[in-house]
Amino acid sequence: MSIELQHLKKTYENGEEVLTDINTTIENGQFYILVGASGSGKSTILNAIAGFIPIDEGAVIINGKDVTQLPPKDRNLSMVFQNYALMPNLTVSENIVFGLAARHTDKDIQQKKLREVLNLVHLEEYKNKKPGNLSGGQRQRVSLARALVSDAQIILMDEPLSNLDAKLRAEMRKEIRSLQQQLGITVIYVTHDQTEAMTMGDQVMLLNEGKIEQIGSPLDLYNVPANTFVADFFGSPAINLVDVSIKNDILELNNTFKIPFNFENVQGKFKLGARPENIVIKNSGQLKGKVTHIEPLGDGTNLEVDIGLVEPFRIKVSEQIHLMIGDSVNFDILPDKVLLFTLEGNLIKIGQSELTVV
Amino acid sequence: MKKDKKGQLASQNLLAWSLLLPSFIILGIFVFYPMVKTFILSMQLTDLMGNPIKFIGFKNFLNLFNSDSFGTSFTVTLIFVFFSTTLTLIMSYLMAVLASQKMKGIALFRTMFSSTMGVSVTVASILWLFMFNPQIGLFSKILTLLHLPQINFLSDQTWSLIAIIGTTVWMNLGFSFLILLGAIQAIPQDLYQVADLDGASWWMRLRKITIPSTSATIFFVTVVTLINAFQTFGQVDILTSGGPDYHTNLLVYAIYQDAFVNHSVGRASAQSVILTIIIMIFTMLQFYVKNKKGAKNAN
Repeated sequence: MSIELQHLKKTYENGEEVLTDINTTIENGQFYILVGASGSGKSTILNAIAGFIPIDEGAVIINGKDVTQLPPKDRNLSMVFQNYALMPNLTVSENIVFGLAARHTDKDIQQKKLREVLNLVHLEEYKNKKPGNLSGGQRQRVSLARALVSDAQIILMDEPLSNLDAKLRAEMRKEIRSLQQQLGITVIYVTHDQTEAMTMGDQVMLLNEGKIEQIGSPLDLYNVPANTFVADFFGSPAINLVDVSIKNDILELNNTFKIPFNFENVQGKFKLGARPENIVIKNSGQLKGKVTHIEPLGDGTNLEVDIGLVEPFRIKVSEQIHLMIGDSVNFDILPDKVLLFTLEGNLIKIGQSELTVV
Repeated sequence: MKKDKKGQLASQNLLAWSLLLPSFIILGIFVFYPMVKTFILSMQLTDLMGNPIKFIGFKNFLNLFNSDSFGTSFTVTLIFVFFSTTLTLIMSYLMAVLASQKMKGIALFRTMFSSTMGVSVTVASILWLFMFNPQIGLFSKILTLLHLPQINFLSDQTWSLIAIIGTTVWMNLGFSFLILLGAIQAIPQDLYQVADLDGASWWMRLRKITIPSTSATIFFVTVVTLINAFQTFGQVDILTSGGPDYHTNLLVYAIYQDAFVNHSVGRASAQSVILTIIIMIFTMLQFYVKNKKGAKNAN
């Protein structure tokens, strides 16, 4: 069950472009993530795949068949919603078999499938309860069961975990991911949460204002971000992006720091990206500043150090360090992990090696 | 220090009472005093001026139960309430379901459907009076056009009640339509998206999503319409004056007739007490359901 999106375009009546030329292929059995801030168009893409909204141009192709003009019921999809979308007046069981009943499936088959899926999501003992008596996590499991019972090979998920608390969210992440792998279904998953995108996805599409910024595996997006937007979106604390100029293998930062850097034959003004974990604190460090913020995490420490730039430098170390706000600290940027962007924000170089992936 | 606190409390009490006083005075004069007075009068024999002459206990009530006109009046009231409420509810619900759809120009229909809310009882009744007119009325013209025998809508024993029910339903539609439309529009859209994906029929959507999600509002509209129906007066006064032969003599109109036309205030008061009890039962039912619902939601 592959899905192809070809040149999807959608413009609102007020002229605002919500989707500008979206192209991608989602392979069978893939966990495909659409991620972006609100208003980026990720939910619009999902609604276009489901057939809830008409698109202006382009085609949605499911398994080689153009379904662009088909109503939602003929697309063989199921969906999990952010607000669970459970009928409050129906029991857990009735909610789960709602679709089967709507399609007039045989009652015995309905019951058999119900038992299987209840077992899958561990809800046997709640089957006669109403959704109002369940917790958020249980409700989302019911919604998941309803999607699974339909035998649809593609499940669309629209921010299914955003209404849950942090601990439950981590649990459900694992559960959804392992169910997907166990059953081999294709999932298209919309989220604004970078952690969900990183931890669950096989492929991730990062959207910004209706445009695709980058498509790739989570680690590709993290390690080889196509531009500063992608680099800034993933990672917590966020990547440090600073204006630099490079001349004769000397990196100049804010006119105060001059660091020898081996960038072969690169000259000019750039944006330098350094992940907080790719910075080391050491007394011989060539960059120097004052600690403005400190977050002890137990297994490590997050620091912010002001070196006279617009933004302080974000540093993440894996040990507990005992510094106070106002303390002076020296650090170095690991040269082979540095990302170099043009001033427009496009990636041109990773560390000291020539960039081959674009 | 302690004394200060006490003084503060006393002055707060004083403030509270002085703020409540206007309501108490108004409610006392216009609600509580007439209620008590009605109850007392319902057990009195009264003269033509309405002054009590003699305490006669429940004799007014007994006389009512033995009177044919009250029997007719009570029966037609029940028939009227049942049909006007049911028809209002079914029709306004269907209209609300239709008007909740998203399409171009739907706002025009929403406005039209709710427009009867702005028409006063008198205006509406006179409008329908013209339509029921045997010579120039719309309905008689239609009957002529279809070569059907003429019906005297307002002087036939059965048709006059139907005419009043029709008029009342028409007047009720605007309000219940608007309230029900609001409730239907508040149903989360994702429930219908689930139905879309599963290809659920129109009937299944209505039965499993729309109606259950609006049940609280349906109940509210039912009770309000029911209580209003028991209090119907204007339509009767303008269209039929309670006739023919008491067949549209709804309770409130009967009370008015007894009190101000027949000058039998005791009998009118007894009927008022009966009406009050009926309406109180429905009001209490509504409060009970509302509280039960509130307690359930709080859990």
